[in-house]
Order: sequence, then C-alpha cells, then structure tokens
Amino acid sequence: MELGAVNGIIDKYQAKITSLISILHDIQDQYNYLPEMALKKVASRLQMDLNDLYGVATFYKSFSLVSKGRHSITLCLGTACHVQGGPKILREMKKELAIEPGQTTKDKNFSLEVVNCLGVCAIGPVMVVDGKFYGEMNWVKAKRIVEKIMKKENGGRA
Amino acid sequence: MRKIKSAADLERAREQIISKQKKYATVISVCGGTGCQAYGCAKVKRAFQRGLGKEKLRGRVVLKYTGCPGFCERGPLVTLYPQNIFYQRVKVEDVPLIISETIQNGRKVEHLLFEDSVDRQKIISSQEIPFYRSQMRLLLKNNDLIDPTQIEDYVAVGGYQSLAQAIYQMNPEQIIKEIKDSGLRGRGGAGYPTGKKWEECRKTPGDTKYIICNCDEGDPGAFMDRSLLEGNPHSILEGMLIGAYAIGASQGFIYVRHEYPLAHKHAEIAITQARKSGLLGRNILGSGFDFEVETAKGGGAFVCGESTALIASIEGKVGEPRSKQVHTVMQGLWEKPTNLNNVETWANVPLIIRQGSQWFSSIGTEKSKGTKIFSLVGRVKNTGLVEVPMGITLKEIIFDIGGGPKDGKAIKAVQTGGPSGGCIPAFLFDLPVDYDSLTQAGSMMGSGGMIVLDEGTCMVDMAKYFVHFLREESCGKCLPCREGLKRMGEILEGITAGRGNRESLFLLEELATVVADTSLCGLGKTAPNPVLSALKYFRPEFEDHIDQKRCPAGVCTALIHYSIAEESCVGCGACKKICPTKAIAGEKKQSHRIIPELCSQCGSCRDVCKMNAVWVQ
Repeated sequence: MELGAVNGIIDKYQAKITSLISILHDIQDQYNYLPEMALKKVASRLQMDLNDLYGVATFYKSFSLVSKGRHSITLCLGTACHVQGGPKILREMKKELAIEPGQTTKDKNFSLEVVNCLGVCAIGPVMVVDGKFYGEMNWVKAKRIVEKIMKKENGGRA
Repeated sequence: MRKIKSAADLERAREQIISKQKKYATVISVCGGTGCQAYGCAKVKRAFQRGLGKEKLRGRVVLKYTGCPGFCERGPLVTLYPQNIFYQRVKVEDVPLIISETIQNGRKVEHLLFEDSVDRQKIISSQEIPFYRSQMRLLLKNNDLIDPTQIEDYVAVGGYQSLAQAIYQMNPEQIIKEIKDSGLRGRGGAGYPTGKKWEECRKTPGDTKYIICNCDEGDPGAFMDRSLLEGNPHSILEGMLIGAYAIGASQGFIYVRHEYPLAHKHAEIAITQARKSGLLGRNILGSGFDFEVETAKGGGAFVCGESTALIASIEGKVGEPRSKQVHTVMQGLWEKPTNLNNVETWANVPLIIRQGSQWFSSIGTEKSKGTKIFSLVGRVKNTGLVEVPMGITLKEIIFDIGGGPKDGKAIKAVQTGGPSGGCIPAFLFDLPVDYDSLTQAGSMMGSGGMIVLDEGTCMVDMAKYFVHFLREESCGKCLPCREGLKRMGEILEGITAGRGNRESLFLLEELATVVADTSLCGLGKTAPNPVLSALKYFRPEFEDHIDQKRCPAGVCTALIHYSIAEESCVGCGACKKICPTKAIAGEKKQSHRIIPELCSQCGSCRDVCKMNAVWVQ
C-alpha cells in the first residue's frame, strides 16, 4: 500500500498532538480506513506509544481499522429520527445489504453505519449516502437510493 | 478585510463595509445550513447566481449563502431584504420567477409564501409566521443576514465592537462582574453560573491558561450549537476573545464533533479571517493582548461532551472522564487552569458586553436569565430551531410555535435534556422552561433538545432507547455505568419482549438509583433519568407491557399484532407484494388477511396501505 500521503497529512497539522484526531480523520478519508502502517507512522512522528494510539483509534467510533466499502450509508438514530421511524429504515437497510451496522458488504460496495445524531433533527429521519444528506426518509425511499447505486455498480444491471 | 489596528479603525472599517453594501438594492439570503442542504439549497443558490447574471442584476442584487434561520422543515428557505419577504420550500424552477416577479417587478410569488394553517392567509414576512412570532431571537437573529464565511458581514452588523469595548473600556474584573451580574448560566445543560466559573479560573494562579468552546453537541435531537457555529462563527470567536481577555488565557480551542463538517469548516474560515484582520493572534486591535484559537475534532464519542473527557480528547488521548474533585478551572488541559463553556454560552457574551448585564437580566426568570435556543423536533407540526426567553411555558413552545400535533395523534410528552434528561408529560405543559423547573419535574434543561412524543411513541421503548444509547456510549471506565446500564437495558429489553414481571420494575428502579449515585461522571450520574421519569409519569404503560403483554402505542414488535380490516381493504395487493415473510393471503380485488404465524410484525404492510386498512394492536 502506498502511504505517501500520511506524512503530508501529519505535516499539515505540524505533527501536533492536539490534532491527533483530525490527523486520523484525514488518513481515514484518504484510505477509507486506518491502515496499520499509517498508524505506526503517526505514532513515530507524534512520539506516541503505538499502544496508546491503538487505544485512541479503537475508542472513537468514527475510526475503522478494516477497509470500508466504496459507498458509505450512514443512518441517524438520534431521538428525533428514532420516533419518526428510523429503526424501520435500519431494518430495511440490514435486509437490503445483508449486513449489520459497522459491517461492509462482501463485494466492498457498501458500508453501513449507524450514528446517534447528525444534528439535522428537524428533517428526520436522516440518512447520509456518500456525504450527501437526505431528509424525511422512509424505508421505501432509502431502498430506492441504495438500489440505484447497486445498479450503477453492477454496470446498469439490477 | 484589511488589518484592523484599533477600536476606532474597527468603526471605520464598519462604515466602509456598510457604504459598500448600500449599493445593493436587494439582498437575497439563501439558507446554506445542513438542513436546507439536504433539500437542495446549493442548487437553488446556483440557480440564483445564473439568473442574476443572465438578467444583469449582479450590480444591484447581492446573493448571500447564509446560516440557518431555524425553520428547517420548510427548507430551502430564501429571504429577500429589505423587502423582508420570506419564501419557503423554494425549488430551482421557482428561481426565475422570484427574479422576474419579485426582484424586477416588486410582486410576490404567492405559492412560495407561508400559509397560515388556520385562516389560510398568506404570510409575507417571517416575523408574522406563528413559528417565529413568539420567539425572541437575540442569538439567531443574524443567522440569515450574514454569510458566515465573510467576516465583513459580521463586522457590518456590529461584530467585534463588544471586543473593542471590553479591551479598551473595561478591565478583566469589570468584564467578569458584568457577566456575573447578567446571571448567565452555562447553556450546555448543567447551568453553572458563567461569571463565577470565569472568576474561579482567573483567580487560579498560573501563567498559562486555556479556554475551550464545547461544540461536541452529542445529545440526540439537539442542533443549536451546530447552527450557531455554522451560521455565525465570528460571534463565538468574539465571545471567546472577551472570555480569554477576562480570564487571562492565551490559547483557546473549539472542539467540534466530527458529525458537523460544515460547522468545523466555518470555524476554520472564521479563525483564518479573524487572524488576518488583526482580531486574533498577536497584538489584537493594537492593544497588546495576544490570543490564539485552533479547532479540534471529535471522533464520534458522546462522552466527549463531558468536560474532562473532552480535555482528554484534545490532549490526543482516549476520551475518558476523570473524577472532578479538582475542577477543570484549577487543573484542566495539560493540568493548567482551563475554562470550558458551551457554544451558546460563548455566543451570549458579546451581547451582554454590548447591551449590559441589566438589559440581559431583565429577560427571563429570577434564576434563569436571557434566552435559550431549543431544537423543537419529533411529532410536532413545525420543527426547527426556536429561541425563546427563559420562563416561557412548554405549551407555548409546543403549541404556539410548534403548531401542535403533527398528524392528528395527541401529544403525550416532551423529551428534554437528551439522554441525561427525561420525559415531561402533557399535563405539566404549563411548566415554565427554566433550569430549576425542569429539574424539579425530573428532567433537565440540557443543551436544548426538545423532542415531542405522541400516542404513537411507546414510553418503555423510549426508556430502552436511551439506556441502549448510553450503554453504547459509556466509556467503560467505571463499573456502575458500564455494567449497570447493561443490566438496565436487559430488563427493559425483557419488558418490551413480554418477559417482564412486577419484580423487574423494582429491580430497574433500584439499579437506576445505584447507577445515579455511584457513577464517576455526568454521563452515568444522569443516565437513569429517562427511565426514572418514564416510570414516574408513565408507569401504567410499563404495567401494560408486563401484566397485559400489550404495547398501547403499537411499537414493541413482540407485543403487537397486525390485522387487516376487511371492510376497508380493496384488495390492491400492495401489502402482499411488500410483505417480506409472505404472511399476507388474498386474491386481487378481494379483501386480504394476515397469517399470524408467518407475520414478523415489521409493519411494512401498514406503511404501504393507502386505505389505512391495516391495524395494529
């Protein structure tokens, strides 16, 4: 794996320990997860114990130590989304993708995540697909969005 | 903006900006908040850009991509100034019409105006809309007037004047006294007096002191801080600058949760612009006062909203809280005196300095001063951000501003204070909203989430939801929180699955008390609140689940069953097609029925039935 970008990311934050979480976010954005070699590089440049860094990388929910899918589906299950039918969407997504939250489909096309609140509660239930926010979702709309991406990934075939 | 060298220079710069802005006859404000973005406001903005260019209007009409005016549910929102015309649910197709009708011919586009649900009258300005009418928007008022990425816009509305006043006309003790006299209390939820906190931090000896702005708004259902930092980041910076000057801090941090990318971006832009303009960094406004701010990002951990966990997170550590025997104002970030306040608290500071503590303390109740922003969401007609004076009743917020129930179902409670708060039943809706009344009712003010619940919400499910939420978010450092919440979750799971008995309730209450009494930090100490308040006000619902094995709200799948009302079913087959377990039988155009043994209680049939023929019991 090419890890050339890691040094650049660390430099961007002047290897400051207060920017550790931002550095990890940038690395994850770059590689889709936190590769082991990248963590080793961060530990050495920030003069941290690798064990401590592993603790940080596994404590915060945003980070993943395994590679994620090409498309990310994030479902908000904050209180407002919960009372407006969020759990039904989750049930449908689990069925549609045949994975649990936190997992990635075998073909690496999708990762499903559940978050506790995205702060867009007024238009809940909210779903984020590849960074784009969708409000007032229901399971039918959610299914349609996912099927559209599936079709694209399979070269137009359903 | 150019570098500002003194207080007088700031005033000059302001006049220059205003005179430059005067050449525009119309300002079009398109809300660019996260809520409206979900509705496609970026496309609306681009359509305006194209349209204004095409009609050669760029010289006299200015387009602003602003922060959130709060009425998210009606987005994308577009406001025209100075005409003060409020258009809602604006689509790209509407843009040419707004340009040709309103901007070029002064006529209103009727179908985009808000319609009063009672008398069907069209309402022109936002101030006349019931959602806004009862509000008192002190902190949010500039959100739709300024472009958060332009420091000039903030300076034009009087921004950084309070800072100049604080640095040049007041000494730190006077500032602290002013904040103390105002009666401002922490808006993050605990309600600790802000001035007192500042004073304690100032008095703690030490050369290096820090201040922190907490934008780790983790409470589900709350987004006031996001909108403030997204929509008016300079007001937060100004508050922090004044605080730093008063406390004697030279470095500040804005901790933004990872889930708020736009708020983080706007904070970064604001910091860069303020630094370039001489309002941040060395020798601020030529006064010799130095102060730096940087942002820090969260990583999706709810517990990091707790001050000591947040500090650990900035230090690059696991976000675990520590015992608060020594307060953070004595030993916080890197063991140095640290003053941490919530976004909304910081946003109040410039207002108090400019308009005085007496003015501020004239708003609100005896012990809760000023306004509070709430995110009014859930099963209510009008959802969004509302800013109201303290002391207003829950009824006024939910019925006058919120417009009452969403689709006919009776409202039964409101959840406030997030996972640390509780549910307040409808019969207590005359309660004034202030720190002490809500705590007395078994909930808390919290950071400002207000989630309205109706008959379709099961209170046992709600309690289970919060316990599961907190169990997942518990950092695991102390045993009562880690294990206690797990067991409470199991008991509630049992009750919703029909396995509960009367003893479960006693055990649940006992466990809740132990977790509250013995946990290390605020997360665990307040974790039982949602359960205890639900038990206090909605015990019969728990008893129904236990004794009758019935969920009155029709939510808990193990205790409900679906049926099709023969007389309403037209036999369209939609339910049969959608049913994942093939549990629906019936011929086309004939009444259908559900085979109970096969039904998984997913409710899909009910969702697709256009005849409302599917019943849940």
